[in-house]
Amino acid sequence: MNRRPSVRLSVVAPATLLVATLAACGGGDDGGSEQGGGGNTVLRVQAAASLTDAFDQIAEEFESQNEGVTVEATYDSSGTLAEQAADQAPGDVLATADENSMQTAVDGDAVAEGPEIFATNTLVVVVPAGNPAGIESFDDLDADDVTYVACVDTAPCGAIAATLIEDAGLTNEPSSLEPDVRATLERVVADEADAGLVYTTDAMSAGDDVETIEIPGAADDPTSYPIGVLEQSEDPEAAQAFVDLVLSDYGQGVLSDAGFGSP
Amino acid sequence: MTSSGLRARIDVPGRLAADVEAGPGEVLAVIGPNGAGKTTLLTALAGLVEMSGSVEVGGRSWTHPPLPVRERRVGWVVQGQALFPHLSARENVAFGLRARGARRGEAADRAQAWLDRLGVGALAGRRPGALSGGQAQRVTIARALVTEPDLLLLDEPFSGLDVGVAATLRIELAKHLADFAGVTLMVTHDALDALTLAQRVVVLDDGRVAQTGTPSDVAAHPRTDHVARLVGLNVLSGPDGFTAFRPQDVTVSTARPEGSARLRWRGRVGGLTPHGDAVRVQVDTREAAGTDLLADVTPEAAAELRLAPGVEVWLTVKATAVRAYGGDRAGSHDGP
Amino acid sequence: MTRGLGRPPLLLLVPAGIGLTLLLVPLVSLLVVTPWARLPQLVASEEVLDALRLTGLASLSTVVLCLLIGTPLAWVLARVEFRGRSLARALVTVPLVLPPVVAGVALVSALGRSGVVGSVLRDATGVVIPYTTPAVVIAHTFVAMPFYVLSVEGALRASGERYDAVAATLGASRWTTFRRVTLPLAMPGVVAGAVLAWARSLGEFGATVTFAGNYQGITQTMPSLIYQTLQNDRETAQTLSIILLGVSVAVLALLRNRWLSAGAGTAGAGR
Repeated sequence: MNRRPSVRLSVVAPATLLVATLAACGGGDDGGSEQGGGGNTVLRVQAAASLTDAFDQIAEEFESQNEGVTVEATYDSSGTLAEQAADQAPGDVLATADENSMQTAVDGDAVAEGPEIFATNTLVVVVPAGNPAGIESFDDLDADDVTYVACVDTAPCGAIAATLIEDAGLTNEPSSLEPDVRATLERVVADEADAGLVYTTDAMSAGDDVETIEIPGAADDPTSYPIGVLEQSEDPEAAQAFVDLVLSDYGQGVLSDAGFGSP
Repeated sequence: MTSSGLRARIDVPGRLAADVEAGPGEVLAVIGPNGAGKTTLLTALAGLVEMSGSVEVGGRSWTHPPLPVRERRVGWVVQGQALFPHLSARENVAFGLRARGARRGEAADRAQAWLDRLGVGALAGRRPGALSGGQAQRVTIARALVTEPDLLLLDEPFSGLDVGVAATLRIELAKHLADFAGVTLMVTHDALDALTLAQRVVVLDDGRVAQTGTPSDVAAHPRTDHVARLVGLNVLSGPDGFTAFRPQDVTVSTARPEGSARLRWRGRVGGLTPHGDAVRVQVDTREAAGTDLLADVTPEAAAELRLAPGVEVWLTVKATAVRAYGGDRAGSHDGP
Repeated sequence: MTRGLGRPPLLLLVPAGIGLTLLLVPLVSLLVVTPWARLPQLVASEEVLDALRLTGLASLSTVVLCLLIGTPLAWVLARVEFRGRSLARALVTVPLVLPPVVAGVALVSALGRSGVVGSVLRDATGVVIPYTTPAVVIAHTFVAMPFYVLSVEGALRASGERYDAVAATLGASRWTTFRRVTLPLAMPGVVAGAVLAWARSLGEFGATVTFAGNYQGITQTMPSLIYQTLQNDRETAQTLSIILLGVSVAVLALLRNRWLSAGAGTAGAGR
C-alpha cells in the first residue's frame, strides 16, 4: 500500500532542500525556538486517505521548520474523520476530500478557522499493468465482460464516479463499490478487476502498478479538498501555521507534484 | 450355527495373553481381580482392540482374514448403561436388526417379542432415561440376544443393580442362556454368578489364564488369592502346589500354641467383620504365609481374646482340615 | 435457594454490574438515539430490502455449508486417528483469531481472479468468484465454520466412542452409526454450533467486503450497507443497525425457545 515512487521524490527533493535552506536562514541558529518556547508540541492532522503521500511530505517540512513540533498525521476516509471531529475527537487540523464531509464537521461546530479549499482532484480510469482487458477509453468499460470497480456512492470518489458513469451512459455497472478509494485502487493493483475509477493522485501513487486513462469531462467534475483548524485544537497557532504551509507555494507545489489540481 | 464353539488364542501386548475355548451353548465365567484383563478379553473377541493370535467361532475364523467388528456375530452387554439414550427401548433392540438389513416393521416386531420375553414389553416406548437400572439391563440383554449372535459377551451384567433385582435377573438370564445356542462369556466379580450361570470358569490373573475348570472345581481348589477371597477359602501356594483350608477350621490364640510349625502362623489382626453367626478375622500374615489369612471365631471368643485391629495373634489349623492339590502351578490351558 | 449461603460479596457484584453496564449501555443508547419515525420508510427501501435478503440468504447458506462440510470435518477430527490431527485441529481454529480483513486478503490470494486457485479456475472455466453472491457465502463460511466445527467436535468427543463401539457390535456400518447414533447424540452441539456460525455470518463485514466486494443486491449485506452509510449519514446507519439488531435478537429468541430451552431451563434454575 505504501508505494513511494522514486521519480516523484527526486522532483520534490530539490524543492524541499531549497525551502529548508530558506527556513534555516530566516530562523537563525536557534531556529524554531520562537515556536512556543521549544516544548514538545504534538500537532494532530486528520487528513483524507488520498492525501497520505503529499501530507507526509508537508508534515516533514513543517517539523523541520518548527523545532519541537511533531506532526502526527492520521489518514482515513473523509466521512469517518469528519464524524470523529464533530464528536470532538482530539485533533488540530482537518483536511477532507470533499466539501460535504467538511460540512459535517462545520455543522458539529468543530471547525474554528476555515474551511478553505486547498486542492482539487479528478477521477481517472486505472487498469492493471499491461492492461490485460485491453481497455483504451472510459467507454470501453461498457463491455459486459469488463469487470470494473469504483468507490461506494457515499464516499466522495463514489459520488463523482456515479455522475460520470451516468453522464457517459454506461450500462455495465461496477462489480463492486469499495468503501474507499484505496480499496478501489488495490483491486486494480492486485488484478482483481479489469479497471477502477480512482483519483489522479492515487493513480500516480501506484506508479508502474497501473496504467492511467483519462476520462473525458472528468475535469468538469472535480472534488475540492477543504482544510480547517479544529475547535478542539490545543495549539490553534501551530495548527493555523500548518494550514498556511499547505496553502503556501511550497505546499501547493508538493500537492501539484502528487497530481492534485489547484483550487 | 455353532458347530465347534469358540477357540481363541489372544495376545494383546502388555495386557493379555490367554487361550480360551468353549463348546457350543456353553457359558464361560471369566473371573479375576481388577486389571487382570477380563474386559480386554471381551473387547478383543469383539474386535474392538488390536490383538494378535486367532479367534475362531462356529468354525469360522474371525482373524484370518480379520473381520471388522460389525461382521462378527457378537452380542455385547457392557458394564453399566450402554443403551442409546436417544432411542426408545424398542428402537434400541431393533437397532441391530435394522443395521443388518431387516425391514422396519419386522425389526420392531421381533424387538417387541424379545422385550416381552424379558418382561419389559410394556416399556418398549420409553427412552433409557425413563427406565430403572434393572429394566435398562433387561433391554440391553434383549438387544444383545435379538440378533442371535454366535458369541454373547456379558461384562458384569448385574453390577450396579439392587441385590433383589440382580437375583431375579440372574435367574431369568440362566433360563435364556439355557436356550442360547452360541457361546457365552461372562465377566463377573460375583462367585454366585459363576456358580449359578456358568458351566466352566476361566480365572485370569495379571493378563494370563491362572486356572480353568468347572465352577465347583475352581471353588474347591482356588489357585489365586482372588478366587480364594471370592469363595472364602484360605489358599497357600508352595513349591509342591496349593494348600487350602476353610476359615472356620482356623484356631486363633494370643499365646504361641503347640503343634506343627508348618501349620502355624503369626500375624496382626487387620479387621473384623460379621460373617453369619461368627466373626471373620482377617489377619496380616504376609510375612509368615505370603498372604493374608482368614479365621472365623465365635463372638464370645473374639471378646475373650480382645481381638482388635493391630493385636498380635497366632493362627493354627489341623492337618486333617487342610487339602493339598495342584502340582502344576502354571494352571491348565486345556479344558476338561 | 441461595439465601442460606449469605449475601453475594461486593467483590463479585461490582465487577458483574460493570460488565452488564458495558454490554447494555451501547445497545440501549442505540435504541434511544434511533430516529424511529424513519424506520418504516427505511425498511421498505429497496437498498435495505436487498441487503436484508442477501444477509438472510448468505447466513442461511453458510449454516447449510457448515452442516454439510463442517460436520464431517468435526467427525474426522474427533474420531479418526491420523498423522497431523492435532495440527489440523489447530488450523481449523486459525480463522477464529484472524482479523476479518486478513481473512478477506487471504481469500483474495487464494480465490481472487488472479489468486492461486482463482487464476487456474478462471483460465480453465472462465468462472470468477469475487463480486458474486457465492463469494459472500464462501467468505462467511471461512470465518464462521471454525465456530461450528469446534462446537460439534466438542460434542462428539463428549459423547465418546462407547456408543460407536456398541453400534458396531450390533452390526452397524460406520455410516449407519454416524447417521443413527453419533449425530443424534451430538445434536445439541450441532444446534449450538449452527447458531454460533449463523450469528457470526450475520455480522460478518471485513472478509466479505475485502473478498466479495460490495454491490447492492449481489454482495452488499447489512453490515456492509451500515458501514458505507455511516460514512455520510450516521442517523440512517443507526436505524439500519437497529434493524439488524432486531432481526438477530428475534431469531435468537426463537431458537432459544425452540432448541435451547434445556440450557435456558438450567440457567434459570436459580430463581
